[in-house]
Amino acid sequence: MSASAALDLPMMAGGCGAAPVLRERGQREVFCGLTGIIWLHRKIQDAFFLVVGSRTCAHLIQSAAGVMIFAEPRFATAIIDERDLAGLADCNEELDRVVTRLLERRPDIKLLFLVGSCPSEVIKLDLSRAAQRLSRVFSPKVRVLNYSGSGIETTFTQGEDACLAALVPEMPASAAGASRALLVVGALAEVVEDQMRRLFAALGIGAVSFLPPRRASELPAVGPNTAYLLAQPFLADTARLLEQRGATRLEAPFPLGAEGTTLWLRAAADAWGVAPALFHAVTAAGEERARAGIARHRDALAGKSIFFFPDSQLEIPLARFLARELAMRPIEVGTPYLHRQHLATELDLLPAGTMLSEGQHVENQLDRCRAARPDLVVCGLGLANPLEAEGITTKWSIELVFTPIQGYDQAGDLAGLFARPLDRRARLAV
Amino acid sequence: MQLALWTYEGPPHIGAMRIATAMEGVHYVLHAPQGDTYADLLFTMIERRSKRPPVTYTTFQARDLGGDTAELFMTAAREAFARFQPQAMLVGASCTAELIQDDPGGLARTLGLPIPIVPLELPAYQRKENWGASETFYQIVRTMAQRQVPPPGTRRLRAEGARARCNILGPTALGFRHRDDLREILGLLARLGVDVNVVAPMGATPADLARLGDADFNIVLYPEIAQQTASWLTRSFGQPSVRTVPIGVGATRDFIREVAALAGVDATAVLDDETSRLPWYARSVDSTYLTGKRVFIFGDATHAVAAARVAAQELGFTVVGLGTYSREFARDVREAAKLYGIEALITDDYMDVEAQVAELQPELVLGTQMERNIAKKLGIPCAVISAPVHVQDFPARTSPQMGFEGANVLFDTWVHPLMMGLEEHLLAMFREDFEFHDGAAPSHLGGKAEPIAEKAAPVAVQESPAVLVWSKDGEKELGKIPFFVRGKARRNTERYSTERGISTITVDTLYEAKAHYAR
Repeated sequence: MSASAALDLPMMAGGCGAAPVLRERGQREVFCGLTGIIWLHRKIQDAFFLVVGSRTCAHLIQSAAGVMIFAEPRFATAIIDERDLAGLADCNEELDRVVTRLLERRPDIKLLFLVGSCPSEVIKLDLSRAAQRLSRVFSPKVRVLNYSGSGIETTFTQGEDACLAALVPEMPASAAGASRALLVVGALAEVVEDQMRRLFAALGIGAVSFLPPRRASELPAVGPNTAYLLAQPFLADTARLLEQRGATRLEAPFPLGAEGTTLWLRAAADAWGVAPALFHAVTAAGEERARAGIARHRDALAGKSIFFFPDSQLEIPLARFLARELAMRPIEVGTPYLHRQHLATELDLLPAGTMLSEGQHVENQLDRCRAARPDLVVCGLGLANPLEAEGITTKWSIELVFTPIQGYDQAGDLAGLFARPLDRRARLAV
Repeated sequence: MQLALWTYEGPPHIGAMRIATAMEGVHYVLHAPQGDTYADLLFTMIERRSKRPPVTYTTFQARDLGGDTAELFMTAAREAFARFQPQAMLVGASCTAELIQDDPGGLARTLGLPIPIVPLELPAYQRKENWGASETFYQIVRTMAQRQVPPPGTRRLRAEGARARCNILGPTALGFRHRDDLREILGLLARLGVDVNVVAPMGATPADLARLGDADFNIVLYPEIAQQTASWLTRSFGQPSVRTVPIGVGATRDFIREVAALAGVDATAVLDDETSRLPWYARSVDSTYLTGKRVFIFGDATHAVAAARVAAQELGFTVVGLGTYSREFARDVREAAKLYGIEALITDDYMDVEAQVAELQPELVLGTQMERNIAKKLGIPCAVISAPVHVQDFPARTSPQMGFEGANVLFDTWVHPLMMGLEEHLLAMFREDFEFHDGAAPSHLGGKAEPIAEKAAPVAVQESPAVLVWSKDGEKELGKIPFFVRGKARRNTERYSTERGISTITVDTLYEAKAHYAR
């Protein structure tokens, strides 16, 4: 029985549940997991991210989001230099010195992440031991954790997975006999979180918490009473660790679009035994608003073909939304990593015949893209302008990670993100 | 290990990319892990280039490390040659690949490709972006031009009546105003009647580099990038170099004279018809208020040194701080700083720069995007004079730093963030006007007043001993001093009081200190 059949969903004829996947290796035009720091450092307000890496790492984070003109960020890099590599300096002593200087400068830090990088992994610098040591030194004022955002192990959004996975062991255990609690997992914009909270409250689903929390001190409890909903599709390790602590995953597609949001909410409602009438009463207005918002962009997008280069792992849920709610035609949906279990319902909903690809050989994929002449290409910042210059309309994918797109009241905005490049091309007469 | 909130330069392989991307017919195969492709967006988004940089990344992952990363490199190089058909190939490693020691140069040579291979050794844990650009340019020029080098002792001869020819060396992709500087300099050379043999790296092919030796002399626009190459060309081909960087009116005049001398042309007509408004605007009475404004300057060595000369000699500012992140050129900056009676700040640590700006409390900061950040935090006006680049440093209009038009651009961009003289006076006279107070930005910038100046104050307070206290009246009177000199006034008053064992600072102490330091 397929996952969607279990949820009693209207399936696309065939779906992509068992579709073959083109796996390629070659040059990957994707960010590494360090890039997740760009939104995580804003999401968890008393946390600081210290990358232990090279000048390349520092340069990447500062370049990737063009954050240079903002206020002082809550991230920095401890740049490994020749002396550290030659053994002239003890890496651990150096790291302690850097962390001490940083904490003096930023006394507001409550949680410090030591973030591993390609060089720190290759020289086998043990950041988990360093984190334990520094935690002892700076406790109870500052807690020090570690995770790896290295490119040799993580792609772009997997950095968030690694960060949240590092938080799971820190979550307090639920009290014995605690009543059932819902945990929403994955960084969401605050406006989306607040909307979700209101909907869950109206459905009578009690004790809802979010991972990551806005403050490090507000880590929610977890235990066998925890049912969790993934708000993002890239959280494989975090999910595994939550399950080790007794939590159970509620199977659902992701809350993108009217349909996705309804199915996502319904997964929780069903688990809580919410009556269908109440569910309808709570969600009908939002769903209607979402459908109206989406309808405004339908003329611009219906029938248009779309090609996804791999980027954030959001590609499959996005393609599902665009195909089912806006009648777009996905030609190829590339993803850096395909988690079949977490995406089972999504794959069932994707139109049969959609080509799926995992990993990347960017030159080959560009050849396929040029041959297919899609109406719209979703790709990273390195590819977007060159494709535009070739006359291909693009939507840069990083915006889909930095914009509130989940939930009913963002569904129209999400559709608008895809309609805008086409609208723009139509307007310009220069 | 160095704590870096921001970094002034990228790693050296970014410098190599700036050379490869500036040129035509070159491809760079870079042994690098997944994620290093972020560098492409510097060129496609910040500089808004319409083509991807000519770079192939091997993209190795953790699972490859135990296996054959060398084979991965060979495949990438082979495929890149077949697909892009370059005239020359640069090969090298990024920081992580350097650690696994696969020797890209050696591997590439075994492929037997029918083009020159330029192996790049760019130590990523020791060197930075500009050094990487310089080294890459030098290596590719040597590789391409080596065979044309005449036997030692050969004299350079120019045919009777032939026009002088020069090379222009230094402009790269992702350079701070390189595009517009080049245009300005090409215009100047045309007016002088000097022909251009090759511009490199920008727009040059490997074949063009092979004929660098045909020129009579070289012009080094950006020493950080081209000085090493120019020195080799001098040794190999006997070509002299023009070393004056034409930023500012005075330097542009010097540059023209230097070019004219090497080219054997008469520069009088060009010098008599100079097109900069800066000299007159600086003399115009409304510029009186610029006199002695305390300016802090930080950037790459070339731009910082040039900015100091313009600031001091052409705008009448007082240079109170001068520094660079270009350690390779520290000596030049130290020499320049001596002219202003100050000690140069040589550092690539943003926090050191921030501390010095806070300490000096200048009235204007001329720096990079990072200093813009510092200045914003401290409520000090700022103009950007140097890389690292931001998308705003690639304006649609032509906006050079060099030549006479460049001098016009400097005048506008440096004076613009400042308050006009009368506005500054009014602000000092009516300090307590609720709409017209401290944090108010210059009226032409339209910013709303922000309470930023107050945040800057504690920097000075922390330095004073805890026993020293300000009386309520004293504190209030201090508040009437314009914010851009208040930090200095506070510090001076506290130092004056400490030296005299005064424990409570009153209104009188404040004015006694003022009189003391005014002498």
